[in-house]
Amino acid sequence: MQFHVEIIQEYWSLILGGIPIILIISLISALLGTAIGLLTVLARRSHGILDKIVSAYIDIFRGTPVYVQVYFFYYGIASLIPAISINSFTACIIVFSLNSGAYLSEIIRSGIEGIDKGQIEAARALGVKNTDITKDIIVPQAFRNCLPAVINEFITLTKETSIISVIGMHDMMYWFMVVKNQTYQSFEGLLIVFIAYYVMNKLLSLGGKFIERKLKYD
Amino acid sequence: MIKVEHLYKNYSEDVKVLFDVNFDFEDGKTYAIIGSSGGGKSTFIRCLNMLEEPTEGSIYFNDIKINDPKTDLVKIREKIGMVFQNFNLFEHMRALQNVTYALKKVKKMSQEEADAKGKELLDLVGLGHRQNSYPHQLSGGEKQRCAIARALAMEPEVLLFDEPTSALDPEMTSEVLKVLQNLNHTGMTMIVVTHEMNFAKEVADYVIYMDQGKILECSKSEEFFTNAKTQRARDFISNML
Repeated sequence: MQFHVEIIQEYWSLILGGIPIILIISLISALLGTAIGLLTVLARRSHGILDKIVSAYIDIFRGTPVYVQVYFFYYGIASLIPAISINSFTACIIVFSLNSGAYLSEIIRSGIEGIDKGQIEAARALGVKNTDITKDIIVPQAFRNCLPAVINEFITLTKETSIISVIGMHDMMYWFMVVKNQTYQSFEGLLIVFIAYYVMNKLLSLGGKFIERKLKYD
Repeated sequence: MIKVEHLYKNYSEDVKVLFDVNFDFEDGKTYAIIGSSGGGKSTFIRCLNMLEEPTEGSIYFNDIKINDPKTDLVKIREKIGMVFQNFNLFEHMRALQNVTYALKKVKKMSQEEADAKGKELLDLVGLGHRQNSYPHQLSGGEKQRCAIARALAMEPEVLLFDEPTSALDPEMTSEVLKVLQNLNHTGMTMIVVTHEMNFAKEVADYVIYMDQGKILECSKSEEFFTNAKTQRARDFISNML
């Protein structure tokens, strides 16, 4: 058993160079996913064909692994219809946005359902308009109800992006493979990846806890 | 004045809650609506501000038919306040904000005006010292008094109470009933669904007895408790006392 400190000294910056692409993909997907989540919650309130389509989408994306989804969108669709072949970055954005959108949709919906209907009745009984009820009563409370689960979903999203090297993205896992192929050692490179992911997600969850505390009513 | 004509409410073919209810509420009086659970009391008063939509019949408030799609309900609801069994305070707002919210949104008052009025009302219900508390920090009785202050802020002509003390223990019940007693005969019409017979007897001007979706009788309260007109009401009273 031997631990090669020199591998860490030499390659840490190379491996950490895979962080920006992870952050970019996570951030864009989190934003698009949140937008998709909000829009699908609205669509599901329609109780029509739109509701059925959206429900099917959520069911499919929650019911399949993100690994398979990435392959499917990158290789699967391109091999079926070569004309719409997309680059790997776009494939990542599409898959992770749709994937997190599906989870966020459920999270946001339960956050809204968690608000006691009595408050809405009380506001109506005071003569408050529906738009004001949504803006002042529902949204702020739903936001607070959802926040822990949303942060959790963002953490999951960041972790799941660790597979994007399978379609050629130069993330930390990709650079780890490069290092491994040069040094024939795995442990040191993986240790860097391990710690880097842990620290990123820890910061995210601490940030979430901070916002949660700020939003507490006392 | 509220006038109810041939009011029916069905939730479905099988669940029929109100049958042909007719009633005129006199201005400035206090009414206690009593009767067994499931008799339609809550549904009835929830129809009066259209939280429940009547299936058939008409409800008039100051000669405006309120269950007419053309009626601006927001305007009507400004004048008809409501206090709920479960308080229904806005959980994310402090006590004072609960009271001032509609003043600012509906009555378009300035922050300062609304705050001044809100504080005055919280003082009135004995909650002046709790204005910065969030609902989850208040006791049940305090929550209900805050909810009453919130409803009073709109200066309603009619105030509906849907079992205001049913979620409270006896001590808190009496603190809420004291507030109701102070509001009695201040010009507002009060319609109170309640199981508190002492309130019905001592505070209310009239007692409305409902059973199986109908108003079986309405009498002056002293008369009701000594000499009810219907046998069913007499049975109900003897079971309660």
